[in-house]
Amino acid sequence: MVPAHAGAETERSYRIGFLLSVVLTVLAFAVVLLGEVPRSLIVPCIVAAAAAQMLVHLSYFLHLSAAPEQRWNLLAFAFTVLIIAIVLGGSLWIMYHLHEQMMGADPMNLVSGNPHAVGHP
Amino acid sequence: MTAITLQERELVAASHEHAAAAQAAEFGFWLYIMSDCVLFATLFAGYAVLSGSYAGGPTGRDLFHLPYVFVETMLLLTSSLSCGFATLALHRGERARVRRWLLVTGVLGLGFVVMEVAEFRQLILEDNGPDKSAFLSAFFALVGTHGTHVAIGLIWMAVMLVQVRIKGLTPAVAGRLERLSVFWHFLDIIWVGVFTVVYLMGAL
Repeated sequence: MVPAHAGAETERSYRIGFLLSVVLTVLAFAVVLLGEVPRSLIVPCIVAAAAAQMLVHLSYFLHLSAAPEQRWNLLAFAFTVLIIAIVLGGSLWIMYHLHEQMMGADPMNLVSGNPHAVGHP
Repeated sequence: MTAITLQERELVAASHEHAAAAQAAEFGFWLYIMSDCVLFATLFAGYAVLSGSYAGGPTGRDLFHLPYVFVETMLLLTSSLSCGFATLALHRGERARVRRWLLVTGVLGLGFVVMEVAEFRQLILEDNGPDKSAFLSAFFALVGTHGTHVAIGLIWMAVMLVQVRIKGLTPAVAGRLERLSVFWHFLDIIWVGVFTVVYLMGAL
């Protein structure tokens, strides 16, 4: 980020970041395309690969670090991560439960005394 | 003797002022990037909620061609590397190399945008446009917003190619190049989320 500390961003840093990203990308596509991994593990695998690749980009390409001159950048970043977690996690949580509730509310269940139908005598 | 010292002091003060202004501009741009992250988070949330609402239309499995997406991903990733090389050339003050690497980055980025537009065109021609289902609305909103960002980055890059040629690597031009590279790397990070959540999970 700050151009003054040129030591952190050598050509090597970009090459390592690029190589790691290629490996993680190939890994994620291979897991889905080749089907060697058990189905239940596919999503955790590709999500982990994506999270790792985002961290690689942040540290090797954007040079985000805990260095004192980057304190404010890091603080803004941490706050953004918090907001993203609330927006994404909150939306999924609420909509998943709403979906569940709507599924239970079919006319048959209302008549047969489903707990969800308390307000409908 | 005293006069020179005074002049020197003024110069030092001016350069400090300039460095502070450059740092403020850089931090301001970082805050913009963070707010753009939140924008994309809302689009991702919308997509995640609507990604199962096919309305009798096609699913991601029917539509997505993963090898094609892999090529797009590699184009954008390689452009991130060449953008990094442009930044390194900038710090070494090598004007010709800055232009060369910017050009490479621009060509790779253009390849990505052309591939994405071709994909959208194909989908719409096959009557699978954003009006088909909530899933496709969310898909076009998320992937299209990312594509628009990349296209804007390309315009910025073209402008910088001209500025580097005409003005050289002045502090103002250098600052703009610095921020352009932050923007470009950020778009690649968003794309990691897009290909994972939209294409890979959609193809399962």
